[in-house]
Amino acid sequence: MVSDSKQVLYGLYNDEEDLKGAIRAANAAHLDIMDVYTPFPVHGLDPILGLKESRLHYLGFIYGTIGCLFAFLTMTWIFTSDWPIVFGGKPYWSIPAFIPITFELTVLFAAWGMTLTFYTICGLWPGVKAQTLDNRITDDKFCIAFDVTAASDNAVDGLKQFFGTTQAAEVNIKTM
Amino acid sequence: MSQAVAPVRHILIEGNKSYHNITEDLCTPTEKAPSREWVIAFALASAFLGLYLFAIVWTVWKGIGEWGANRTINWAWDITNFVWWIGIGHAGTLISAILLLFRQRWRTGVNRAAEAMTIFAVICAGQFPIFHMGRVWLAFFIFPFPNTRGPLWTNFNSPLLWDVFAISTYFSVSLLFWYTGLVPDLATVRDRATGYRRKIYETFSFGWTGSAKHWQRWEALSLVLAGISTPLVLSVHTIVSFDFATSVIPGWHTTIFPPYFVAGAIFSGFAMVQTLMVLTRKVLGLQEYITINHIESMNKVIVLTGTIVGVAYLTELFIAWYSGYIYEQFAFYNRVFGIYWWSYFGMMFCNVVSPQLFWSRSIRRSVWWTFFLSVLVNIGMWFERFVIIATTLARDYLPSSWSYYNPTWVEISIFTGTIGLFFTLYLIFTRVAPVIAIAEVKAILKVAGDQYIGPNAKKHADGAEKVEEPKH
Repeated sequence: MVSDSKQVLYGLYNDEEDLKGAIRAANAAHLDIMDVYTPFPVHGLDPILGLKESRLHYLGFIYGTIGCLFAFLTMTWIFTSDWPIVFGGKPYWSIPAFIPITFELTVLFAAWGMTLTFYTICGLWPGVKAQTLDNRITDDKFCIAFDVTAASDNAVDGLKQFFGTTQAAEVNIKTM
Repeated sequence: MSQAVAPVRHILIEGNKSYHNITEDLCTPTEKAPSREWVIAFALASAFLGLYLFAIVWTVWKGIGEWGANRTINWAWDITNFVWWIGIGHAGTLISAILLLFRQRWRTGVNRAAEAMTIFAVICAGQFPIFHMGRVWLAFFIFPFPNTRGPLWTNFNSPLLWDVFAISTYFSVSLLFWYTGLVPDLATVRDRATGYRRKIYETFSFGWTGSAKHWQRWEALSLVLAGISTPLVLSVHTIVSFDFATSVIPGWHTTIFPPYFVAGAIFSGFAMVQTLMVLTRKVLGLQEYITINHIESMNKVIVLTGTIVGVAYLTELFIAWYSGYIYEQFAFYNRVFGIYWWSYFGMMFCNVVSPQLFWSRSIRRSVWWTFFLSVLVNIGMWFERFVIIATTLARDYLPSSWSYYNPTWVEISIFTGTIGLFFTLYLIFTRVAPVIAIAEVKAILKVAGDQYIGPNAKKHADGAEKVEEPKH
């Protein structure tokens, strides 16, 4: 999180189609969008914003592998060297019987690992104060925000004009 | 021009809703004072919760000798109730995970409440094996940890320990899945709230802003969690069935148990979702979001899984006869015509016969029939577990130890008490969080709202044409 305050110029749109049109127009005009905020996941937004596919699932695979190995190797160690016990005449290292727990821990590690990673990389956590530009963004407004802290008055006017030509319902400036 | 929308799509959001209407309709139940129905229901549910606490204290204080379970029928109401609740806890993750993978849009109307129900049902289920241990203060022995007893470890080859892992994994993964879905909606509630409510929701919404990158990761996470929850949900009841299937008791050690239990779990889970949804949509006025189309879709799942369960019952009988093994044959003869014949016929009627009524479209789309049959299915599924457990144990290998089981008031109180626990938690949930996934409903508005598809769509025909584009 950035500690010093910044000036954000943002426009609110009433519909996701207007928003997408505006982003395309911004791309055509080579404007540097700070972020886009929407009340729900809008399909087709990632490619026009140039967001790369999330790599979260690769991490999920790694966490799952760790869980899988942890479960299997721990059971192996316990039943073959730490405290070997014969259950029902079966071998100490009875692999088929280890499958259910190995599977469950694979899922457990993958799910927890991915979810905690998700909250960490997004900077979402209890106690984090939401950098809300407008209360209606979680309701029915679609927002494009520009960082204008270092921008000249001319540039700000240009952005305002951009919001005007793309039918933004409201344009505001906010210090956060 | 209406060709933009495939005719098979159902209307899932009625009443010409705008995004703001959706927020308004789904957030208000958490904002206004509780209705009288809610207060009465809550008083009733917490009274049963009180009964539960009393009976549990009684059990722990006096010991499980206070139960009707005995030397022969050592698994009785407790394990019956455990399996019943775990089964009910299967619909939530099925709806949110498997239906997400299959891209079934109707899940958005019911997934939030169904997932909450899953979590509460698993909490109720967990009570039974824990208190059945008797000396409940030693319950932590079920977890493997380095200890001063040897170190003596748990038996990783035992299905009962697999259960510990399966259920605790299922509970915690369901909780993560549910809560991660809830975070954006809690942010919506936060942004409408003021004062101390805003502070509370600020904490619980983790500072969610709705940034495009966050949504992208959120969707990626949901999809992978759905992917790994799908085998998880199937594994949990499979492992519960292993408790029986890996034993050497005739009537239990059958290879059909895993699929049969999973189908039964989905069956009873959907029935409980129906019972709750029919009530919730009425009390909270959400008929435009949980439509008759949603109810019909769930009834189709019920008739499918009910039929699978029916086929499993008949397969068991056939295999018992075909095996030529007299103990197996006796176990099943006894199941049908023995001392507990009434529970077998109750099970057959409620689980196999009654859901067949859902082949009729008008019954499938009737709220009253749905409610009535969903309650019957839950009764039937309780009987199924009772039949499997009590009937089988009552007539074991030694006729000298044959026995009969009657529950005591303590067991009846614990069971009805967990229903109170379940409804108390559910009623609190309806007050503090949106019972329908707001963001997900908004995301399907343009492909499932009645102003875009169906008979009302013509005045928005140009809007419907746009819908085609974002699909992928």
